[in-house]
Amino acid sequence: MNIVMFLAPFSLGLGLMAVAAFWWSLKAGQYEDPEGDAARILVEDPEDRPAA
Amino acid sequence: MALTYDAARTDLGAFLSRREDGRSSLDLLVPDARCAGCMAKIEREMQALPGVAAARLNLTQKRLTVEFRAGSGDAGGVVEALARLGYPATPYDPGQARDAHDREGRQLILAMAVAGFGVMNTMMFSVPIWAGLFGQELGPATRVLMMWFSGIVGAPCALYAGMPFFRSAWRSLKARRANMDVPISIGVILTLAISFSETVLGGRDAYFDAAVSLLFLLLIGRWLEHRLRARASSAAADLLAMQAPTATLIGAGDVLTATPVDRVLPGDLLLVRPGDRLPVDGEIVSGASELDNSLLTGETAPVAVAVGQTCRAGALNLSGALRLRASARSADSALAAIARLVEMGAQSKSKYVRLADKAAAIYVPVVHTVALLTFAGGWALGLGPREALIRAVAVLIVTCPCALGLAVPAVQITASARLFRRGVLVKSGAALERLAEVDHVIFDKTGVLTLGRPRLKETAPAAIAMAAPLARASRHPLAHALAEAAGDGPLAEDVTEYPGEGVEGLVDGRRCRLGKAAFLGVQSHAAETELWFGFENDIRIRFAFVDPLRADVAETVAALRARGLSAEILSGDLPGPVERAATAAGVVQWRAGCTPTDKAAIVDDLTREGRKVLMVGDGLNDAGALAKAHAAMAPGTALEASQNAADLVFSGESLMTVVDAVDVARSARGRAMENFGLAALYNLIAAPAAMLGLVNPFVAAIAMSGSSLVVTLNALRTGARR
Repeated sequence: MNIVMFLAPFSLGLGLMAVAAFWWSLKAGQYEDPEGDAARILVEDPEDRPAA
Repeated sequence: MALTYDAARTDLGAFLSRREDGRSSLDLLVPDARCAGCMAKIEREMQALPGVAAARLNLTQKRLTVEFRAGSGDAGGVVEALARLGYPATPYDPGQARDAHDREGRQLILAMAVAGFGVMNTMMFSVPIWAGLFGQELGPATRVLMMWFSGIVGAPCALYAGMPFFRSAWRSLKARRANMDVPISIGVILTLAISFSETVLGGRDAYFDAAVSLLFLLLIGRWLEHRLRARASSAAADLLAMQAPTATLIGAGDVLTATPVDRVLPGDLLLVRPGDRLPVDGEIVSGASELDNSLLTGETAPVAVAVGQTCRAGALNLSGALRLRASARSADSALAAIARLVEMGAQSKSKYVRLADKAAAIYVPVVHTVALLTFAGGWALGLGPREALIRAVAVLIVTCPCALGLAVPAVQITASARLFRRGVLVKSGAALERLAEVDHVIFDKTGVLTLGRPRLKETAPAAIAMAAPLARASRHPLAHALAEAAGDGPLAEDVTEYPGEGVEGLVDGRRCRLGKAAFLGVQSHAAETELWFGFENDIRIRFAFVDPLRADVAETVAALRARGLSAEILSGDLPGPVERAATAAGVVQWRAGCTPTDKAAIVDDLTREGRKVLMVGDGLNDAGALAKAHAAMAPGTALEASQNAADLVFSGESLMTVVDAVDVARSARGRAMENFGLAALYNLIAAPAAMLGLVNPFVAAIAMSGSSLVVTLNALRTGARR
């Protein structure tokens, strides 16, 4: 039974971390431009090309 | 005097937002950026400009933010570079209102995230409790421990996530009204209190998970509704930014400065280029041109204006650059009278009671009476106050208002998303509800039934080909229509544009002119819109233009009739063109020469007769009628005031979108009604069960989320056909 006293706070901590991560992603503007982000992977970056 | 207005560069410095470290940035609206290629090209080219530190395009909102290095900031250069790339751009001011709106959206999302966290984690403790309800071994000590855990996690989450509801309920109570948030708040707080007391007393019924999941579901609905409003207002703001973005101020030494229209003061000297709309009322100081007043009066024929004449804001300058002395501020111009009409109409519209509110008006008293009866009846029948109170709370929980709070917004956001993909912008959910009730449609002619821009009448292709090189070199809308009819080809050389007269240039080494009859030295003999062309000492060719009807006008009217809607045309134009349009469209009822007040009065009369009118109009002369009608639509080419007055704005050349909008609105209404039916059915089963004490926390959780799921899935079917 004692394991509950450890597991419960542990799982809560994990949940809180998820909320914090979500809050961070919201603040960082990750939902501002979904279409642009989807399109950006199609754009070739000149620096990323393998050296010929 | 020839005037090359392109050479005059305008200073857009007023739109730069400067930061403390001396760097500045510029926000631009680039409506034509659509794909990854556009984005890459624009960002690459902008970053290559001197003085630009970074450029980033938001493809979703079609906004380009350009950051300048310290000390530089050539806003005009950026706009010009974009124009060269083929992307016209407009500076805009990302105002305060938008930020405030975003803050509300963020609060809702955060509340939703916290509620989601709360639901998942209280469930973790609820599952063992529920298992215990079905006879598995769970000692009382363990159960109480689990209840404490779920209370410690659930209650703070519920209190935080409930804040939007508590605040709104408190506001409405202070105003001595009761909105939907009052029963929600009472329910949540009562549930939390009972659950804690049960936990302390070692009882079986703790509803922490139910309280949090109720809030979670309701917050989803709230957020959907917020999204709908936010998207509509940002799209509307974009349209407005495209329309009357700036006035070009002529300062000392003929320096041109772009200024937001609302900063123009009476007495300011303004430059109005061909193709621009007059930003404010004013008197012409120099220049000559023709003005297209069709959005103001509905009249299609251009009006010639000269020095000394007063003209009204909203008129489109067709041919020559004008210098204008502002005679009124934008807020006091001739628009203001119409704005008042719009406001009066908006007040009558705000009297409309939304479906969800109508349902809430029935739902709230019934549920509270039932809960109260359960408590009083249970106590009187010998249940004991504690058991009676638990049953009353169970009634409040299982009869959750999810169908009202979640299903209606879900229906409306699905419907407006579908319409958005067809080019229709829905301003609010209430607009859709009103549109579904409409039984009579009034069309304006110019710009609604017609495209609102001239098109060349049938002419011999040889004649078109002869005039085309010169037409391509001109910016006049008539010349533009001629060039469009001719397609791509060579350009005339040595072109001079004579404002208000026409253009002159060299084609195949021969001097020729394109313009008004008088410019070509001929006598005009028609009331039609026309353009003359001729080589020096040669015959003169006449081109006639019409404002063509949209291709699917007749089809639209027939489709509306098939749906039981009658159609009517009200126009400010002359009887001749209106009758022709009415005949072509198959509309029997029409009236010409209507003033703005006439139109509004006709709508008023119809409303008094009990008709629900849909007004489709674009001009200022329609704005009053748009505001007074039960529902209103305006094309994207309409003036700012008309778009403000309209509930829906549609783009594109097809008028069938009006029929689409009515269809989707009706389908949305049908779905909402079905959802109310489902919710009523569910409550008829759940409420008596709770009264009889058959509901435990497990049943409550299943029933509540199950009913929410059903109404939401049903909502997603809205307008799915086609």
